Amino acid sequence: MTGLWVALATLALGAAIGVVRLRTDGRVGDGEPGPLLGPGELGAELGERATLVQFSTAFCQPCRATRRVLADVSALVPGVAHVEIDAESRLDLVRRLDVMRTPTVFVLDARGAVVRRASGQPTKAAVLHSLAQVVSRDSSHKPDDM
Amino acid sequence: MRADPRALRFGAAITTLILVLVLVTGSAWLLAAQAVVFAFGIAGRSPYGMLFQALVTSAPKETEDSRPPRFAQGVGLVFAVVGVAGFAVGITPLALGATAAALLAAFLNAAFGFCLGCDMYLLIRRILPAANMEVPQ
Repeated sequence: MTGLWVALATLALGAAIGVVRLRTDGRVGDGEPGPLLGPGELGAELGERATLVQFSTAFCQPCRATRRVLADVSALVPGVAHVEIDAESRLDLVRRLDVMRTPTVFVLDARGAVVRRASGQPTKAAVLHSLAQVVSRDSSHKPDDM
Repeated sequence: MRADPRALRFGAAITTLILVLVLVTGSAWLLAAQAVVFAFGIAGRSPYGMLFQALVTSAPKETEDSRPPRFAQGVGLVFAVVGVAGFAVGITPLALGATAAALLAAFLNAAFGFCLGCDMYLLIRRILPAANMEVPQ
């Protein structure tokens, strides 16, 4: 009898987690402002206006699709770089930025400061929208050339 | 190695059903059988997936990397083995808890397509940086 209740409770918990995940997955939110990231940490040059940093692992289904989205965006928007980091080879950065799962995407501004973050696969529209906000905050560039 | 995502979802649905039955009946043998299925799944030869391929002959629209789901089958195997051990030594909360954990992951995969087992990988590596798992493509 206990087993039946455990089964029902587990399925209810799973449904709740699933619904929350569906709603929050890939949503681009504010990132914790932290220390600046540069080529030393990323292993690649920053984009002139913004950098999309993607953390991936080998055991990650949505990482490939996320890579496609971010590569598209960086090709579309001038001055935006896409950097993919293998999470398990950079556990120091994973801890510092508190990455709990992959893909996690950070949007860095021109200085290399984290301004947005998303867990799960973001849509192209969401990435473009967050980039528009990041770049327009940067007074040295006109926002209308996005 | 590539995998048919439809076969993976189908397998997760059968796994969900089996694990619910394990909880309801308290059958250690059924859980042991599921553990064997998980073990075949690690090798990319899940019996449920083969059943799907026997029933559905059409080609998938797209395939996906088989490493994440195979890793998740390994996570499932660990929970199933712990569950069988719990039943064997009579620690019912351990048996039910481990089975429930596997059920949660299987259900999330079947119903929503989320891979909880895959998410475990980075968390395990964060806690145990030495637990590097090289899996051939």
